Amino acid sequence: MAALINRKPGRGAGLFLGLLPFVLLMLVYVVASDLRLSANAADKLLPSFSQMGQAVQRFAFEPSVRTGEIQLWADTTASLERLGLAVAISALAGLVIGMVMGGLPLAGATLSPLVAGLSLIPPLAVLPVLFIIFGLGEVAKVMLIVIGITPVIARDIAQRVREIPRELIVKAQTLGAGTWQTFLRVILPLALPRLFSAVRLSLGGAWLFLIAAEAIAAESGLGYRIFLVRRYLAMDVILPYVAWITLLAALTDLLMARLSRRLFRWAELGQQG
Amino acid sequence: MAFLELDKVWQRYGDHVVLEGVSLTLAEREFCVVVGASGAGKSTFLKLLLGTERPTRGRITMQGESISTGPDGRRGVVFQRYSVFPHLTVLDNVVLALDLRDCRWLARTFGTARRKARDAAREMLSAVGLSAAEDRYPEELSGGMQQRLAFAQALMAQPRLLLLDEPFGALDPGIRSDMHQLVRRLWQELGLTIVMVTHELKEGFALGTRLLVFRQGATRSACPRGLWCEGDLRFALEPQCLCCSTVGSAGEVRKRKEMTDG
Repeated sequence: MAALINRKPGRGAGLFLGLLPFVLLMLVYVVASDLRLSANAADKLLPSFSQMGQAVQRFAFEPSVRTGEIQLWADTTASLERLGLAVAISALAGLVIGMVMGGLPLAGATLSPLVAGLSLIPPLAVLPVLFIIFGLGEVAKVMLIVIGITPVIARDIAQRVREIPRELIVKAQTLGAGTWQTFLRVILPLALPRLFSAVRLSLGGAWLFLIAAEAIAAESGLGYRIFLVRRYLAMDVILPYVAWITLLAALTDLLMARLSRRLFRWAELGQQG
Repeated sequence: MAFLELDKVWQRYGDHVVLEGVSLTLAEREFCVVVGASGAGKSTFLKLLLGTERPTRGRITMQGESISTGPDGRRGVVFQRYSVFPHLTVLDNVVLALDLRDCRWLARTFGTARRKARDAAREMLSAVGLSAAEDRYPEELSGGMQQRLAFAQALMAQPRLLLLDEPFGALDPGIRSDMHQLVRRLWQELGLTIVMVTHELKEGFALGTRLLVFRQGATRSACPRGLWCEGDLRFALEPQCLCCSTVGSAGEVRKRKEMTDG
């Protein structure tokens, strides 16, 4: 019998072991839900899957009586618009600030302490300020996400730029490149794969800030909805919404990973070698 | 006017003196090899020529212009590692010098200029024997092929002086002798001026027209024809000044030192 530390699961066994906890959790939920519902049919805490199915049917496939829109799609587009805009702004700002910080020692001396300081401010603590300055509209919500994730992305990019071997920067200069050209042809392309991974990592934070902002002041959005129906203890709506948000987050992550691998084949080669 | 001139160049880091009053002239088309033990100051010497470091004292000029303003297109370089760009294909690595020269703001060539640049780059690639690999990324090449690419890339910028920093240090012995032939050939065909740093004394004898031996703590002295060399008895082969065939020894170094001081 091989020592435990040397035993690896095969392909099928790996899949089985990976799915096992999900199946077990699901089972635990079904049993617990059944127990509660048989004790009290009006219990709202652990709705059965059929109750959740009915709720999904209502908000995902039938137009809302009040607005005429399909509620899930309206919420999803509202949230994704905010998230997409905010992440795009943050990625661009983080990339530019990070490259300048990491690539120009003079600018880094000024910017690094500032960005490090800003990244320590808990973004949610600034939310009231944002609401006061930008009002309760879209700008405040987008700004919250931008403030929350830009410093993280910028510092990650700056770190990556500092890790570029000095030889490559010198080499570019000996080929005739000035500062701008070195940024354009060497530092930017070398930093881009890291931007993808930095954005992927900060998406979790972005969702957190989005849902927090929507919970406090919004008229649509996934976060708005789950906090709204909380008042009626509508677990049959909240749980599918949470599952949907999780699915969206997983899909975005997968998409970005795929895209990064496609765009930066050279970076994959480097990791193997 | 000498092609490359070092005038009483000192380099010190704090109290640690690395180079001490080095004066040297180098003619065009010379293949100058710098050898010496680690810590003897040969990489500092190369950094000064590259312009990434400025001398504490003294002046370095190439064709009369100071070169201590930083690295630029006048001097090409091949490092031991990290000499080529991992995100560019072999061909794009070589085209890069022309991209940078022809378009200041986008650093890319387009249309006819791009085709011309690619043709020129392909010619250079065939000169170093890399034609078959033009679409590959550097990570997909062997160490020797990467260094061939580094030479092609550096030469594309038509540097007046080519600096080599232990370019074969990471290669297997068999590949190393192939590379020696390649560099010898490029040097002759293109009329290059080369300064190469290595820790292999044999390599210096095999390739160079001039040999500089650096030794930590020893005083540099000049040989009768302006070359500065010195003996280091730790080497198996006795360092020899290629221009005057003087074999260096500790005694001789001391004698010459008195000569130059006098």
